[in-house]
Amino acid sequence: MAETTSPNFLRPVTAADADIGKAMTFDAPLTLDAGRSLAPWTVAYMTYGTLNAARSNAVLLCHALTLDQFVIGSNPMTGKPGWWLPMVGPGKPIDTDRFFVICANVIGGCMGSSGPSDIDPATGRPYGLSFPLVTIRDMVHAQAALLDALGIEQLLCVTGGSMGGMQVLQWAASYPERVFSAMPMATAARHSAQNIAFHEVGRQAIMADPDWRGGSYQVEGTRPSKGLAVARMAAHITYLSEPALQRKFGRNLQNRAEISFQFAPDFQVESYLHHQGSTFVDRFDANSYLYITRAMDYFDLAADYGGVLAEAFRGIKTKFCIASFTSDWLFPTVENKRIAHALNAAGATVSFVEIVTDKGHDSFLLDEPELFATARGFLNSVAQSRGVA
Amino acid sequence: MTLRPDLAAIAEMIPQGARVLDVGCGDGQLLEYLKDTKNIDGRGLELSQQNVNACVARGLAVIQGDADTDLHEYPSQVFDIVILSQTIQATYDPSKVLEHLVRIGRHTIVSLPNFGHWRIRLSLLFNGRMPQTLALDHSWHDTPNIHLCTIADFVALTKETGAVIESALALDEKGRTRPMQPDAWGPNLFAEGAIFQLKPR
Repeated sequence: MAETTSPNFLRPVTAADADIGKAMTFDAPLTLDAGRSLAPWTVAYMTYGTLNAARSNAVLLCHALTLDQFVIGSNPMTGKPGWWLPMVGPGKPIDTDRFFVICANVIGGCMGSSGPSDIDPATGRPYGLSFPLVTIRDMVHAQAALLDALGIEQLLCVTGGSMGGMQVLQWAASYPERVFSAMPMATAARHSAQNIAFHEVGRQAIMADPDWRGGSYQVEGTRPSKGLAVARMAAHITYLSEPALQRKFGRNLQNRAEISFQFAPDFQVESYLHHQGSTFVDRFDANSYLYITRAMDYFDLAADYGGVLAEAFRGIKTKFCIASFTSDWLFPTVENKRIAHALNAAGATVSFVEIVTDKGHDSFLLDEPELFATARGFLNSVAQSRGVA
Repeated sequence: MTLRPDLAAIAEMIPQGARVLDVGCGDGQLLEYLKDTKNIDGRGLELSQQNVNACVARGLAVIQGDADTDLHEYPSQVFDIVILSQTIQATYDPSKVLEHLVRIGRHTIVSLPNFGHWRIRLSLLFNGRMPQTLALDHSWHDTPNIHLCTIADFVALTKETGAVIESALALDEKGRTRPMQPDAWGPNLFAEGAIFQLKPR
């Protein structure tokens, strides 16, 4: 095991003054659910705030599908602010003056943790599709190894939304004694058929791009940008809501007074999606997108416990607070409530809130004062009962 | 902390260390009191999101939900005590709610305002308008209390739903309690409200 101060990034760092974080490389193999193992392997991560002497104030943030470890500072790849600026920082609900906040890039990702764009030591060439399939549980095992290396036995809280929420649930199921409290949001204990279907559309768009080259585009010097952009466009629609799209764009035309009777983007919503697609391909790796979407598809926590979700949490002492959003149709309230009911049935301590908003699945990343009030109240109460100042 | 008098009366009925579900727990005042004074393992179900936030900030385990739609999710006989305080008159289907409460808890405590009180009866008789009282201060068209009942009505409902009344307390206008005979005519005329402890048949 070795720590480096400069993670190896696929893309060039464009924001020169940004903190690029750290990386930990492990020589001992990481055994994966797919039956294969990875060695050596690396986790890239960021920390914010200071670990207290009792090592009791650590909060782990689990990021969503296309996000990364750059939670609040400037993202060194894009130069843009971190993804959870409204929630995390000095004086924010996840208060970095009070808590030691850790966020690690997931295994299979493309922001410094081991993934398909890494060089396979066995061949000296990028893994591509020879990289093993990873699961949500593999991501959590990797994070646990990182925490071992950092000397953190128990987390005050594990939190995250969407795929981050899946990791939170897996953390609680796999390492209940290491998780004092958990705050999953906008998530599910299993990926639904509809969500798997959307992911498959995205993957097929990538694989249909001739520049994908069977996953070997790095070796062949091409980039499946068109396919990846289409995947992102389709996915991005699912992160919003019909009312939000209507409010933001309606049927407004883009830089023109009348429809053009052509296929160039007439509507503002089309330009918006094109922009989402084209900025995404600059920061994300197509094969990573395939791997991480697959990890979400495979997630079904109850399946590992005889099909009974409550069994995943039997005897657990972790305190839970679950949040969902009324307009989230990707991870709707019913999926989040299902987790709350399973926890209740298991006798666990669980709170659940449904936040009223029209901003869709992405609400957990946005300015939602009621969500912040819930998170602040929950973290205050767990910090108090854990004796964290 | 001073509890509302009817809540204080309910609190006295809860044994030390009990596993308690408070349905319609509001901002968590009773649950917090019971946690501090009786070391209970408490859970709440509450409709209002602001109230749930207040509960979460108090370190209570509260699920945002609706007694009318969510009680079927709870397993049977998992709580020592289930509390429904001043809420049954605001449910859509009181009979179904009561059935679930008695199924979920080994004991169920229900407190309710008595619409049979003599002042309410006289108010309707002499004013000819739907009565409004301190406890029921809404006009007929905007009241959340869509299923008001008298003590006698509630006693009849317990018989229909297969619940056994273990004990009953009459509440006066100052919130003082005294034991009552559920079937007697006196409390139905003179009590402001009542607290019942029920168990499954």
